[in-house]
Amino acid sequence: MTALEVDKLSHSFGGLTALADVSLAVAPGERLAIIGPNGAGKTTLFNIVTGIFRPSSGRIRLFGRDVTRLPTHDRAQLGLARTFQISTLFPKLTVLDSVLLAVQGLDAARFTLHRPRTAYGHLRERAEALLADWGLADRARQVTRQLSYGEQRQVELILALAGAPKVLLLDEPTAGLSPAETASVAAMIRRFSRDTTILLIEHDMDVALDLVDRVTVLVQGRVLAEGSKDEIRGNPKVAAIYFGTDDA
Amino acid sequence: MKTRVASGAAALTVLVALPAVLSSYQLSLVTKMLIFGIFAMSLDLLLGYAGLPSLGHAAYFGVAAYTVGLLALRVANNFWLDFPAGLLMAAGVSALFGLFALRTRGSYFLMITLALGQVLWGIAFGWRSLTGGDDGLPSVPRPDLSLPWALTDGIPFYYFVLMFFGLAVGALALIVSSPFGRALVGIRESERRMEVLGFDVWRYKYVAFILAGLFAGLAGNLFVYFNGFVSPSYLNILFSASALLMVILGGSGTLLGPAIGAAVIVGLENFISGYMERWVLVLGVIYVLVTLFAPSGLVGLVRERLGNSGT
Repeated sequence: MTALEVDKLSHSFGGLTALADVSLAVAPGERLAIIGPNGAGKTTLFNIVTGIFRPSSGRIRLFGRDVTRLPTHDRAQLGLARTFQISTLFPKLTVLDSVLLAVQGLDAARFTLHRPRTAYGHLRERAEALLADWGLADRARQVTRQLSYGEQRQVELILALAGAPKVLLLDEPTAGLSPAETASVAAMIRRFSRDTTILLIEHDMDVALDLVDRVTVLVQGRVLAEGSKDEIRGNPKVAAIYFGTDDA
Repeated sequence: MKTRVASGAAALTVLVALPAVLSSYQLSLVTKMLIFGIFAMSLDLLLGYAGLPSLGHAAYFGVAAYTVGLLALRVANNFWLDFPAGLLMAAGVSALFGLFALRTRGSYFLMITLALGQVLWGIAFGWRSLTGGDDGLPSVPRPDLSLPWALTDGIPFYYFVLMFFGLAVGALALIVSSPFGRALVGIRESERRMEVLGFDVWRYKYVAFILAGLFAGLAGNLFVYFNGFVSPSYLNILFSASALLMVILGGSGTLLGPAIGAAVIVGLENFISGYMERWVLVLGVIYVLVTLFAPSGLVGLVRERLGNSGT
C-alpha cells in the first residue's frame, strides 16, 4: 500500500496553470524530495495534499483512502502533518504553549471546555518531552517571536512532529538559514522516525539529496523526472534546469 | 497564580462589602458596571480570545432584553420562564447569525456582524406594535423570587447581579483556560496552522460565537430588570461600539480587563453626562488615546509597569 498517492492532480489559479497532471506515490517510510525551480508548483502541491486548496481535478489518497474532499483538520486526524515555508507559528505564544496546542490537536480532549487544560497532565508531559527531546527545553517559557530564526524553524518542525504523523510534508525547512543552522535542521530531519513518510520540498539540491531516498522533479507544474538520487543526478534535463544550459 | 486567587478574593470581598458604604445611587451605578462588565467580557471571548472583531454584539444583549421585557409585560413576570427564554433567544440568534458571520474574516466579519445587528435594530425600531418602536418597552417589572428580600430594592438587586457576575467570571475563566479556550487563542494567532494541527477551526469559532451571544444575553436579561426599560438604542451600532471600546480599554484577551473597561466607561459616562452632552465625542477621544498609549489596555499597562508578561 502507498502512504500517499497523488493521482493526475491539476490545479489552476484563474487562467494560470499551477499543476498539470501530477502523479506521484510514496511508500510508507519512504522519503521523497520534490525539487524544482521557483513557481514549479511545489508548495501548491502541498497545499492541495493538506486540503488548503481544492484541486481542479485529480485525486489524493492517504493510505488508500480518498481524502480529496476531506477538510484539512480531518486529514490531520488521519496522520498528515506539514510545515510551512513562511513561518506561521504562534508568534505571541510561548514555545511550550505552541507545542501544547500541537499536542492537543490530535488529543481526544481538544474540544473540552468545562475543565482547565492543566487538568490534562499528559498533554503537558508530551509537550515537554518533545521540547527536551529536540533540545529546546530551555526555550519553553520564551515567546516564540523572541527566538532566533533558526530556532523558530526548529519549533516549526516540532509542531509538525507533535502528533507523531504518519506522513509529513516539509516545505523548505532550511530556507533562509545559515549553513550551520541548515546543518542542524538537516540533522534533526535525519533523526525523524523511519516510520514517518516524508515529502520534502528543498531548494538546496545537496541538502535534499542527502536526506531522501527518491526525487521527483517538478517544472512548471509538471513532473519532469523522477527516480533515485543517482538517476536524478545523472539526468541531463534536470542538470539543464539546475545549471541553466540552453536546451532547458 | 496564587496572587491572582488572592487578588480575586480581595476584589470579591470589596464587591460584597460595597452596599455597606455606598449610597443607593452609587450602588445602582456599580450594579450597571457589573452588568456591562458581563457584556464586555462576553465580547472579549470573541475579540480577545478568538480574534473575531464583532461590531454587532449589542444584538444578543438587546434580543435578550426585549425577550425578557416582552414576556414580563405581556405574558407573565415569571423569572423561571422569562430569564431562560432571554438566554435561549440570545443563544439562538447568535447561532443563526454565526452561520453567516463566520463565513467571513477580519474587516468583512466586522461589517457583516454590524449589518446583522442593524437588522435587529431595524425590527425593534419599526415593529411598533410589538416593540413600541423607539419609545421602547417601559416599566418592565423586576421578578419576584419569593425571597425574604425584594429585588425591587437596590441592595438585594445588587447581590442578585453580583451573583450572576461571579458565575459569569467563573464560567468564562474556566472556558478560556480549557483546551477549547487555549485553541481559540491559537486560532486568533494562526488559523491555518490550527487547521493543519487537526483543529476544526470553524466549529471552535461557532461555539465561541454562541457562547459570547449567551453571555451577552445574560447581561441583557439583567439590564432590562435593572433599568426597567429597553429601547432600540440597546441594539444599535453605538452600543456595540461602546462594548468594543470597553474591551479594548480594559485589555482584550484578558478575562477581567473588559469588566474594568466597562466600569471605567460607565463611570465616565455618568460623570461627564452631568456636564456636557457630547459623550460620544469623549468616547472617541478615549478610543484614540487608548490605541496610541495603551494598545494592550489598562490591564496591559499595569502588567507592563509590574514587569510581568502575560499571554
